[in-house]
Amino acid sequence: MLDKSPQALTAAVAADAVRSGLSAERGVVYVYEAPVRLWHWINAAAILVLGLTGYFIGSAIPTMPGETSDNFLFGYIRFAHFSAGYVLTLGFLFRIYWAFMGNPHAKQIFYVPLWRKSYWREVWHEIRWYAFVAAEPKKYVAHNPLAQLAMFFMFTLAIAFMIVSGFALYAQGTGNDSWQYKLFGWVFSIWPNSQDVHTWHHLGLWMIVTFALIHIYTAVREDIVSRQSIVSSIISGEREFRD
Amino acid sequence: MGGAAETFYGVIRRQGITRRSFHKFCSLTATSLGLGPLAASQIANALETKPRVPVIWMHGLECTCCSESFIRSAHPLVKDVVLSMISLDYDALIMAAAGHQAEAILEEIRAKYKGEYVLAVEGNPPLNEGGMFCIDGGKPFVEKLRAMAEDSMAIIAWGTCASWGCVQAAKPNPTGATPIDKVITNKPIIKVPGCPPIAEVMTALVTFITTFGKLPELDRQGRPKMFYSQRIHDKCYRRPHFDAGQFVEGWDDESARKGYCLYKMGCKGPTTYNACSTVRWNGGVSFPIQSGHGCFGCSEDGFWDKGSFYDRLTTIRQFGIEANADQIGMAAAGAVGLAVAAHAAVTAAKRLTRKPGRVAQEK
Repeated sequence: MLDKSPQALTAAVAADAVRSGLSAERGVVYVYEAPVRLWHWINAAAILVLGLTGYFIGSAIPTMPGETSDNFLFGYIRFAHFSAGYVLTLGFLFRIYWAFMGNPHAKQIFYVPLWRKSYWREVWHEIRWYAFVAAEPKKYVAHNPLAQLAMFFMFTLAIAFMIVSGFALYAQGTGNDSWQYKLFGWVFSIWPNSQDVHTWHHLGLWMIVTFALIHIYTAVREDIVSRQSIVSSIISGEREFRD
Repeated sequence: MGGAAETFYGVIRRQGITRRSFHKFCSLTATSLGLGPLAASQIANALETKPRVPVIWMHGLECTCCSESFIRSAHPLVKDVVLSMISLDYDALIMAAAGHQAEAILEEIRAKYKGEYVLAVEGNPPLNEGGMFCIDGGKPFVEKLRAMAEDSMAIIAWGTCASWGCVQAAKPNPTGATPIDKVITNKPIIKVPGCPPIAEVMTALVTFITTFGKLPELDRQGRPKMFYSQRIHDKCYRRPHFDAGQFVEGWDDESARKGYCLYKMGCKGPTTYNACSTVRWNGGVSFPIQSGHGCFGCSEDGFWDKGSFYDRLTTIRQFGIEANADQIGMAAAGAVGLAVAAHAAVTAAKRLTRKPGRVAQEK
């Protein structure tokens, strides 16, 4: 899969087409297996909940009228944040497991071949494509090299950071004897004042918001411009090349 | 001074304190330490049998607010007893001796009670220019600290100065003021941060050490767990308003009058480990939040350097701008959003203008 030469791609398309009995002309490759797709959408929902509730936790809500004992809104918002955090974390752990168990594409978001010269050449081509310099995009079965770069640094590392810093902050509430503190308390050896952990956790939110913007935009754009399925691929799992 | 072999009880009785008052103190201490009912008699037994622990109390670069707090320990009996419980052999602030006579005590204690005395340090040593910014007894304070630390049993770092650095270590820290644990690395150090620490926390800590003859359990940051394992926020009496979502939004608004949560006013209770919301100040009278002002985290690392006291996010100073994480993040996300919109517009424009040619090419 990671060999992205046109021949290999064509071969992959053809092989897959033969298997599935489809015409090789409008090539279709099965890229995202069901567990990856399911994880993607659960993860997306968790991030949406985490982002919104996280923003409200950070900047607080307008004051609730009425008796204190009649209200628990901020408590519910925090509960939603922590629950979604657990969903995100378990999903992420599962996704790491699937990187080993799934098809080769499943590994792509967990590493970047920074040491490979050809990789950088392809990144450069992608940059030229997005800068409207290159006339035609190259076609890739899974993520293009630039997307892989963004995916790794802005998503995988950012989410891992958010999980670690998030659980460290959560451990402040659960206490020094909790398993959360035992597992993630080391964060406070790096930042003894937890205000800094809050600050970094907020920066992480904006990193992920920025990622989501770029992610959704490029997915829709490439679906239209690059003449290959992107958006429907994460629903059906299949990538269709329309040329 | 120097009578360290005398038991606590002997000293207490000599000062005219009745046995009844003595037992009252033991019960009170056991209760304030959160110990079981039997602990009161254990404390009494320890005080009756154990010799007093010699304590050297030194002052580095500091404002003496720790001492000011300490001497106001709530119960008058606590003050009397604690000042007698330990054998406070040297404290420049309150000792009778002065000059060479006073300095001689240091050498005497060091030789006589090698490895047995507790070194309580208020303030910290400045290291720049060879420590010349704090001269004590004709020598840089850092030299005195190192010498006395060498033969001590343990070190108590009183206050935020000794624990984290505090105001004299705030950027740009011209004197190179350095917390104790960065200077002395081979001795157990108990950090008792706070600017100042709560009086009862200080006296209870001393009581613990002299009673049990060992140091209390410390957390990851070297603070005694019994006073610093929970945040102000965790035990704040305004916490129900936080959970309900009822916040003060201006210093004089209706919510402020109702005593709602000060979260939106930048209260740092959620990031500050201290016992203010349980022990409180001045004999349990009040603490900042109870007085209507948010906590500003005086017992936390670098609290002078984290931006405004009224902002729960650290100010980030880069490229000459001053903003917090949310402002920076929102600006970045906004910029990317605009870039995405522009990119989409160019893409659309290009497709509209190029389409005929491309279709022809494909044919």
